[in-house]
Amino acid sequence: MKQLTILSGKGGTGKTTITACFAALSENAVFADCDVDASNLHLLLNPEVKETFEFKGLKQAVIDPEKCTRCGLCMELCRFDAIEEYRVDPIHCEGCKVCVVNCPAEAIDFVDRICGHAYISETRYGPMSHARLTPGMENSGKLVTLVRQNAQRLAEENSCDLVLVDGPPGIGCPAIASLSNVEASLIVVEPTLSGIHDLKRALELLRHFEVEPLMCVNKYDLNTDNTDEITGFCEENGIAMVGCVPFDPEVTKAMVKGQPVVEYRPGSPASAAIRKAWAETRTYLGV
Amino acid sequence: MKVVVASGKGGTGKTSVAVNLALSVGADQVLDCDVEEPNVHIFLKPEAIESHPVELLVPRIIEERCTYCRRCAEFCQYNALFVAGETAMVFPELCHSCGGCKLVCPEEAIEEVPREIGKIFKGQADGVELVYGELNIGEPLAVPIISKVKEQAKEEGLVILDAPPGSACPVVEAVHGSDFCLLVTEPTPFGLHDLEVATEVVKQLGVPLGVVVNFAGIGDRGVYEFCEEQGIPVLMEIPFDRRIAELYSRGVPFTEEMTEWRARFQALLETMEGLAK
Repeated sequence: MKQLTILSGKGGTGKTTITACFAALSENAVFADCDVDASNLHLLLNPEVKETFEFKGLKQAVIDPEKCTRCGLCMELCRFDAIEEYRVDPIHCEGCKVCVVNCPAEAIDFVDRICGHAYISETRYGPMSHARLTPGMENSGKLVTLVRQNAQRLAEENSCDLVLVDGPPGIGCPAIASLSNVEASLIVVEPTLSGIHDLKRALELLRHFEVEPLMCVNKYDLNTDNTDEITGFCEENGIAMVGCVPFDPEVTKAMVKGQPVVEYRPGSPASAAIRKAWAETRTYLGV
Repeated sequence: MKVVVASGKGGTGKTSVAVNLALSVGADQVLDCDVEEPNVHIFLKPEAIESHPVELLVPRIIEERCTYCRRCAEFCQYNALFVAGETAMVFPELCHSCGGCKLVCPEEAIEEVPREIGKIFKGQADGVELVYGELNIGEPLAVPIISKVKEQAKEEGLVILDAPPGSACPVVEAVHGSDFCLLVTEPTPFGLHDLEVATEVVKQLGVPLGVVVNFAGIGDRGVYEFCEEQGIPVLMEIPFDRRIAELYSRGVPFTEEMTEWRARFQALLETMEGLAK
């Protein structure tokens, strides 16, 4: 079984559009949506949920006002400024337990916190693992890891040869969690100065974790000078370019219909380019 | 007044709105809180940039004193310490710097040492001060850097914050304490879904909010219907315009060339001032 993470650095470059199309074109794959705090893949793959899991993040401190002697030690020790007026602010509590073990009155409980849900589902293209982080919660990296474990299990149970991971934007904890033990990562970039800036940071992240990069330029015709710069950069650095996808209004129309564009309008320019990118990616991965 | 520009979904135009708003109304300061992928400096091109490291205190084990009792490892909620046999190890990138291991160690065998996880930068651009942060590659924790960027906020005047995408802890850190939140979205099913989660976060934080619809004209009416149901005002629509997209791709704030938009951003600020009260 091989794993490919679709990543971008910058948000909104078309990760989910490409992942959903690859899902539609694949024959024996599992799909994992690891953008757990702004997940969108389900909007194109329309999964039917089979199993739901509660996701417990870090625990949280809660002060019992009956037992609290108002000594103030917890406020002094908390490095996250999460305690004010002898109350713990759940938004700032990072669940470190320092106040809990140091309270002389044993007035602080350490309670579970449900931070979201993970799902195992069936789609018209194959099994899917996804999740929803409760808005405002932390630990999205840990939830990403849970989604990936579920996906790997699904792949083994169904004898699938590929896990397609739709990654989160950025380079922090969820992005890092989406990259462990993958064969390669396909970076979807748009030809803008912001896109190029973020692409370089995403590439450094891949280098740091020794993951092979592949590249795909989305909406390449928006600024062909920038596209040329990206293509040149890839050639210089020996990065495989799997394709350049043109701007195509059919992509948004397909999204409104809840379908990958390769299914909604197979003859459109974007669909043709994405099919070619999938063929290249597949050859590269050997699946 | 502090105005934070956030979005849920990435790539909807947060940075573009933040920059064009700041330039149109003559803001005093812009804080780029997307420390994983900061982009404001590409548009504002600040000069005379000074930088400062952002450090977290992480444990270092004093081997001569350590008795390998494992209390630190059992205590740590982030699995940043590992003790087995006569080996004690620290995984500094997992450490949240709570200081708990040092407090529970009965042998005083743990000291804390600073470790750089990123940097913050400060510079001037056309009368606007820009502060932005950058998470070092391979580091997972963005929140401490966002918090350092926010510490630089001016007490007086108009401060505009550009938030990271999503709906998790970095967004909470960026939005918390602002006087108004502008949520930038696109009128598509993806935009709508992520607007819904972002709205939940902003409401939890008790920050008044309004919506900017970017790329207006593409997609469907879902975003507008949601705003109407929720009683969220749509404060501005920016059409899908190839000229704006092309200027963006070159790192040019579109109000520099499409000057008629400046008055619209000024009106937007006035509306926000009214709603924030």
